[in-house]
Formats: sequence, C-alpha cells, structure tokens
Amino acid sequence: MTTVNPASPASPASRAGRAGRVNRTNWPLTIVLGLATLTVLVPLYVTLSMAFKTSTQSADGNAFSLPEPFNPASFAEAWELTRFPVSFAVSLAVAALAVVLTLLLSSLAAYAIARNWSHRFFRWSMIYLLVALFLPFPVVALPQIQLTALTSLDNPIGVGILHAMFQLSFSVLLYTAYLRSIPIELEESARIDGASTGQIFWRIILPLLGPMNATVGIFAFLASWNDFMMPSLIMSDPALQTLPVVQNIFQSQFGTNYNVAFASYLMAMAPTIIAYLFAQRWVISGVTQGAVKH
Amino acid sequence: MTAHATLSLPTAEEAGPPSRRPAGGRRVEPVYYLFLVPTLLVFTAFVVVPALIGVFYSLTDYVGFGRWSFLGLRNYAALFTDPRMLESYGFTLGFALVTVVVAQVIALALAVALSRRIRFATTLRTVFVIPMVVSGIVVAYVFNFLFSNSLPAIATAVGFGPLEESILGNPDLAWLSIVIVSAWQTIPGALLVYTAGLTSIPNELYEASALDGASPWRQFRSVTVPLIAGFILINTILGVKGYLGVYDVIVGLTGGGPGTATSSVAMTIFSGFTGGDYAYQMANATVFLIVTALISVAQIVATRGRAVKL
Repeated sequence: MTTVNPASPASPASRAGRAGRVNRTNWPLTIVLGLATLTVLVPLYVTLSMAFKTSTQSADGNAFSLPEPFNPASFAEAWELTRFPVSFAVSLAVAALAVVLTLLLSSLAAYAIARNWSHRFFRWSMIYLLVALFLPFPVVALPQIQLTALTSLDNPIGVGILHAMFQLSFSVLLYTAYLRSIPIELEESARIDGASTGQIFWRIILPLLGPMNATVGIFAFLASWNDFMMPSLIMSDPALQTLPVVQNIFQSQFGTNYNVAFASYLMAMAPTIIAYLFAQRWVISGVTQGAVKH
Repeated sequence: MTAHATLSLPTAEEAGPPSRRPAGGRRVEPVYYLFLVPTLLVFTAFVVVPALIGVFYSLTDYVGFGRWSFLGLRNYAALFTDPRMLESYGFTLGFALVTVVVAQVIALALAVALSRRIRFATTLRTVFVIPMVVSGIVVAYVFNFLFSNSLPAIATAVGFGPLEESILGNPDLAWLSIVIVSAWQTIPGALLVYTAGLTSIPNELYEASALDGASPWRQFRSVTVPLIAGFILINTILGVKGYLGVYDVIVGLTGGGPGTATSSVAMTIFSGFTGGDYAYQMANATVFLIVTALISVAQIVATRGRAVKL
C-alpha cells in the first residue's frame, strides 16, 4: 500500500504518516518544528534567567543573557511583596471551589437532561444553560459586581461560584454528549436490582464519567486559576487577591526591579507548568477527549 | 465531538422521539428535577438575573447607585454616534478577526506537521501546549517587557528603524502585540482539537487519494479540511467568542493605550463602573451581547452542511 506511486514522486511526504510502514523521518519538518518551539521556549527562558539576575543586570537591556552573577535573592523579595503563600492559597481555594461546583452541578444536570430528553422541560433547560456559551463575562460584569457586593460575595467564594457559572454551558454540553454514549441497559439492570436513581448516579454513572470528569475538571481549573478579569473586578479586599492579580504591583511601584518582577512571574507560572509536565499525558488526553466526544 | 453535539441539539429535537408524548407517557421521576433544578436556580441567580438587570438599567440614567429614571432607548441612540464606542468595536472586531485567522492557521499547520513522520513528536507537542496552562496576564507582562525592552534593543542593534521604538507605544502597531500574545496563548487549545480531528481521519483515505495522484496540498484541501470542518467550526466559534471578550492580555500589554488605540469593548464596559456612565455602558454591554450572539450564529449558519461526517 505504501509503495511509492511512480506518478507522484512527492508521495512519501504526502501520506498522513501514521501508518509507519515506511519509517523515514521527515527531518526538515522536524527541524522546522524544533525551531518553532523557540516561540514558546524563549519567553520562558527570559522569565527564568531574568528572575535570577541582580537588579543591575536585569536593567541592562539584554534580556537574553545568562544571570551573572547568579542571584536567587529576588525570590525572597517577590515572595514578600506578593504575599505569595496567601495569594497562592486564595488562588487554590477559588479554583478548587470552581472545579467542585462545576463537576457537581453540570454532571447532575447533564444526567437529568440526557435521561429525560423527550421531556420539554429538560430539553429547554439545556438550551437555557447553553445561552451562556455565547455570553461573554463583560456583558454581565457590572450587575454582577453590584450583586456580589450586596450579597457579601465580593470575595474568593463569590469568584469561585462565578467561575463555575461560566463553565456550566460547556461542561453540561460535554457531559450530555458523553452520557448519550453510555448504554442505558447498565442502569436498567441496576434498577431491577432495586437501586434508586440517586444510587445509580453515584455508584454507576459518576465512575463511568471518569474521563469526562477529568476533562471538565482540567478546563475548569485552568480557566479559574489563570483568570485575572473576574477576581480583579469582583473582589473588594486587595489582601485576598489571587496570584495572577497580585502581579500587577510590579507594573507601578517597582518599575526597574525587573528581576523581582520576573521572579514573581516565574512563581506564578511554575505551579501549572510543573503540574502539566508531570501530568501532560492526562492533560492532553483530557482536553482531546473534550474535542472528540460525541 | 463538541461541534456536532452543539449543532445537533436542535436537530435531535426534530428527529428524536416524538416530543409531545400522549398523556400517560413515561412520567419523569421527581429526583431528576432535584438533579437539574438547583443548577438552573444558581445559573439564573448568578448569570441570567444580572444580565436582565443590566438590560433593564440600560433603559435608564442609573449611575450605579441612588435614584434613576427611564430614558427609553436614548442610551442606545447615543451609543451609535459615540466615536469612542465605534473605535472600541472597530478595534475589537478587527482584532478578533485577525487573531482567529492567525491562530487557527498556525494551530492547524502545527497539528498537521505533528501528525507527519517526525522525530520527538511527543516532546514537541508537550512544548507547544505549555502556553495553554499559564496565566494570560502574567504572559502579557513577560511579553510587555520583551516588546518594550528587548525588541527595540535588537532592532537598534541591527539598525531596523521601524522597531527601534517600542511597538506598545505606537498607536498603529500596538494592536499587533495583542494579536501575538492572544494567539500565543490560544494556539495550544486549538492545536489539541485539530490533533483529535486528524486522528479521526482513516489513513486509507490518504492512501487512496495518493494512489489517485493527489498532491499533499490537494489531499489537505479535499480530504483533511472537509473531514475536520466540524473541528474548525468549534475552534473558530469558541476562539472568536474569547477574542471578542479580550481583556487580560490588553491590561498586561498596553492598558488600552496608547490613548484609546487598543481599548476593547470589554475595557470600555468596565469603565462604566468607575466612570459614572453605568447605564450607558449597560446599553453598550447589551449591544455587545447581540453582536457576539449574531457573529456566533452567523458562523454556524455559514458553515452548516459543509462538514462531512464519516
């Protein structure tokens, strides 16, 4: 099948290349892709090297030089200035709340919708929830700022809830699609054995949703952990701000201490990058799952 | 796949089991309402009610507190003649259009390239996906430094005049920095979706078309693109929606400047909270919602029926 078609000398390169029967590596393409990774690696390298420079060297205009001398002291300063433990903990709490709420609310809702699709109420509920898929946060931001202030939710809890709200549409969509592929016979036999719908959900459906839980959870976590807009607008107490938001102190007060700013950026970026590098197979398959599920 | 799931909802309704069952059809077990209704209530309280409040106030002269009276559609009328508004919509729409094209083309090219016979494919993909997991505002701060210090330094060293001044301070070029950083950050997600799409295409199709003498470009156009059209659609819709709401990256790069050259609609809306024109900005938000929804619907309609299902 893979013998070269004489009419088409270009065909070795033209096949999709997953068959692997002709194992000729396309080196030019590999090199081009390798060079393309510089667009990702250079900004990360600059962050890393700047973070370890002295403040004099960080202001010399050459961002690409190696730290000389090596100066890890910037991290202590950045740690203090951003109150790292506090902002890290707040970020984590907000993201955890967003993930738990998203998983719980959207899996339950999607289960109810998927199993009662023939009823108008459930069908329309789905469409109602999907509205937010096309609703950008800025549209509702001002009333939300007022409402959260009125209800004393202008804090990490309120931000966690709002993050979950903006994940709902997408998550319900993913869950419903996935649930349609789970054979209903499983549930029916459990029902004959006397299991209630609640038990069926907790014991059978939720475990079966495993891969989709990972997908929905990863999306919800990244969206919440990395967000700047919502916490910066909703939270009234600057002492309880999230990690991305506290980075703005370096834009004004510490104008030339680039090394401290970059040490802080590095501390803000590192947790997710490290987690991703360790769990990258999960993350990638989780996100891919979200794309292919039908 | 999400694209199909999104698009098939209304059709499933038409083609599915008869929607109005005769009286005495299967009754819904009450516990299902218990599963669904809490979600509907929270969603209504935190998303729908604020949206309705916003629309309501857009018809008044409310300033964010105190008394107000009805203005009718006067806020909307003022909106369409306000040069600041027209500028922010022009910027936001243009930015979204350029960025979605740039990001989708690069993401698709990378996905196709990564699916070829290359070495270190997993490592390369791992690196390309990193931007997905980092915070947009922090990335924007890093690029802010690169654009305002490193790029001019390099340009000066090689004597390239146009870039010797920071592009962030140039009203004609600042928007490019926002395109670059937004694309940088959103390419990985699109790349993974395209990778999933490419994996779903059976290899036989490529072998068959190669036997028919199709060039790689022809294969890409006639096999790959039609078969991943659904993936292109979902990426484009979600991409445009995200880009229209652009905020974090602008805050980190230009703060909307120089002047108001890179003020997105989102930034203008947020100014309503401090600027005293709350009701006016709610009219703006309502128009923005309609614009966003229309663009999404237009994308779905324009591509409907183009996707080939296997």
